[in-house]
Amino acid sequence: MTWTSIFIAGFITYLTRMGMITLIDKDIFNENFRKILNYVPSVVFPSIIFPGVLLDDNGTLVAITDPKIYGALTAIFVGYFSRNVILTILSGLSSYWFLIFVI
Amino acid sequence: MLSKFQIFKIGFFDVAPHLLSVIPFGIIFGAIGIELGFDPIMTYATSLIIFGGASQIVFLQLLSGGASSLIAITSVGVINSRHLLYGAVLSEYLNKLSTIKKVFISYFIVDQGFAVSNIYFKKNKEQNFNHYHLLGSGITLWLCWQISTIIGIYLGSIVPESLGLKFAIPLTFIAIIINELRKLDHLIVMIVSGLAATFFYNAPFKSYILISPLIGLFAAYLIFKFKR
Repeated sequence: MTWTSIFIAGFITYLTRMGMITLIDKDIFNENFRKILNYVPSVVFPSIIFPGVLLDDNGTLVAITDPKIYGALTAIFVGYFSRNVILTILSGLSSYWFLIFVI
Repeated sequence: MLSKFQIFKIGFFDVAPHLLSVIPFGIIFGAIGIELGFDPIMTYATSLIIFGGASQIVFLQLLSGGASSLIAITSVGVINSRHLLYGAVLSEYLNKLSTIKKVFISYFIVDQGFAVSNIYFKKNKEQNFNHYHLLGSGITLWLCWQISTIIGIYLGSIVPESLGLKFAIPLTFIAIIINELRKLDHLIVMIVSGLAATFFYNAPFKSYILISPLIGLFAAYLIFKFKR
């Protein structure tokens, strides 16, 4: 039963990946719709970021003093000015660890 | 003009920093699968067959917690429905490929790969063989996910929980969208969808991951109308 579920879940996941690319003709989307699609990274990734920072493992809001909040703010600050992916991630992690382990 | 292999390599290097979150996450996933009581082959099979980090954890958690297969499968479908949006965006760049190539390349579309390759596609619209960038980023992520799952399965949680490496996941996504912060319209849309996700986080089937991007896109649509 579990194996069947894995295969069905895998098949559905594959369909979500393949569907739009293979079955949709480019011309179906008009210019305006394309412009809206430009926002896809800006709507999907914050939907992962915000709960990852603001909520704990049980899905409840963390305190305003939570190290994750300051780690994220550091990453945003460093990333905004450095435009460097590795620096952004490392600055966030190191400030988070600093708050957890040192302070 | 860059060769196919050169573009593939750019894909690899563009996605490489994100392995900082993918590899620990893979190890954590492998360890969780075993802890939840699944055998190694079954745990690994989800990485090969489903290949979608967060959805695999939810899937095994639900099944081990006694949820029906229908609920577990539905949750996986809902969590991974965001790929439909990625596909809609990527279809513009991949439409010249043969169906066989599209069918193959589709398997490798994941969050970080989509993010870095989409940025590359936007900058290099006129270039041939751009899909090799998506293959470079996708296959790199795939390989690391497979290997790190296996490491997690056999070595257990070698990543100390106290390090809080789960936090690397939101950080890598911050790094991905940081440049969009400079645009006010994108900033507004980000805040709207992020707050919506936080608010709807406990909605059934993890559907926040579908609901909040749609709310964000609606906000984008309103801004777009307003600007005209």
